[in-house]
Amino acid sequence: MKSKSLVSITDYSKEDYLRIIALAEEFEKMPNQTILSDKVVATLFFEPSTRTRLSFESAVLKLGGKVIGFSDSNSSSVTKGETLYDTIKIVSNYCDLIVMRHPLEGAARFASEITSVPVINAGDGANQHPTQTLLDLYSIAKTQGTLENLTIFMVGDLKYGRTVHSLLMAMSQFQATFHFVSPDELKMPDEYKYYLDCLGLKYTEQKEFGTHIDTADIIYMTRVQKERFSDPIEYERTKNAYVLKNRMLEGTKENMRVLHPLPRVNEIDQDVDVNPKAYYFTQALNGVFIRQAIIASILGLK
Amino acid sequence: MHMQDKKLEVSAIENGTVIDHIPANALFKVISILNLDKMDRQITFGTNFDSKKLGKKAIVKLSDTFFKDKDINKIALVAPQAKLNIIRNYKVVEKKVVEVPEDIIGIAKCMNPKCISNNEKLITRFRVVSRQELRLKCHYCEKITDQEHIEII
Repeated sequence: MKSKSLVSITDYSKEDYLRIIALAEEFEKMPNQTILSDKVVATLFFEPSTRTRLSFESAVLKLGGKVIGFSDSNSSSVTKGETLYDTIKIVSNYCDLIVMRHPLEGAARFASEITSVPVINAGDGANQHPTQTLLDLYSIAKTQGTLENLTIFMVGDLKYGRTVHSLLMAMSQFQATFHFVSPDELKMPDEYKYYLDCLGLKYTEQKEFGTHIDTADIIYMTRVQKERFSDPIEYERTKNAYVLKNRMLEGTKENMRVLHPLPRVNEIDQDVDVNPKAYYFTQALNGVFIRQAIIASILGLK
Repeated sequence: MHMQDKKLEVSAIENGTVIDHIPANALFKVISILNLDKMDRQITFGTNFDSKKLGKKAIVKLSDTFFKDKDINKIALVAPQAKLNIIRNYKVVEKKVVEVPEDIIGIAKCMNPKCISNNEKLITRFRVVSRQELRLKCHYCEKITDQEHIEII
């Protein structure tokens, strides 16, 4: 680890990923402990993200810690015009760890540099959301028994989806093979493909969804959002082309699991939910254990 | 014409630095980056000279002024082909080219409007990820600002 804080997925090395995953396994076996009994964690959500906030708060409370904070900037001094600098300086006096979400990119990095209290980035605009990536890694490791040499299909919005970019960066350390499935307008950006080229990793790109998914170990679905399209007609044409349906899972590998960072809209048909290969709800539960692991590690308790 | 320029620039000062091959449209950025407006030594500026390489170029002649590499390299952002002549006793004693530094601190503006650096008072920081076609990666938002969009603060 380069610093105490976790701002970007690249702050952690492959060894760090594996150590955090091993810790999460321990917490999953024993999620209720008292190791945080003398700790106060501040959850500063400058924009609402109920799911992520509750996951963090659940992780802290199950370990006996206390939580202070706010769930959107309307209930803080931000509305009075306070700078992020001042907010972080003040809150640092009240807590042992800051978990923050902010609509501006780089906000968590900036915060981590102006306080001695460690900062966990719970999402900064379209930039980073490293605890999501770690919980994705944990979900993959748990369902596949390994992170090495897996075949991963990424489907949907590969251009703006920060979760797929971070997951690509992380999984590229484990010799993964990638298949990118997206409309032309939402293709994986060149910089990530270039990154894979440099590492000598294999990937393919395709527009059609539905063929060749039988080689997948993981299908990682993402939401295709209307506002990403410059041409509304193009959206209407493509919106139903990236929907996963239960019958499409016939012939896929036994170990294959479907992941999704959630929330989903319609990109995974509800008929998939009953399939044992649907893993996205368990994936969300894994988020609590991985966050317990990250918090305990950062505070030097494990 | 070109030869005369050369002659003029080396003969004009006794001791100091001549910065040549500045793109004409980057002159005022160079002045700002090097804080020349706050300097009390004699300075001569010339601009819109014909240049085969640059079209129009500018020259700055600074008496009794010598730069540290790390300071002068800051202008590489706006004048990557700039050449320095170090003058002592009317003679060019050393020629230097500028080099883009590894980190750009407090000079450039991030092109991402959603970056914290454009919304909070802080010193901008970039890592140079490509020199050929200049590409700066913001330390904060991790987005790339390319040559075309580099704006000097």
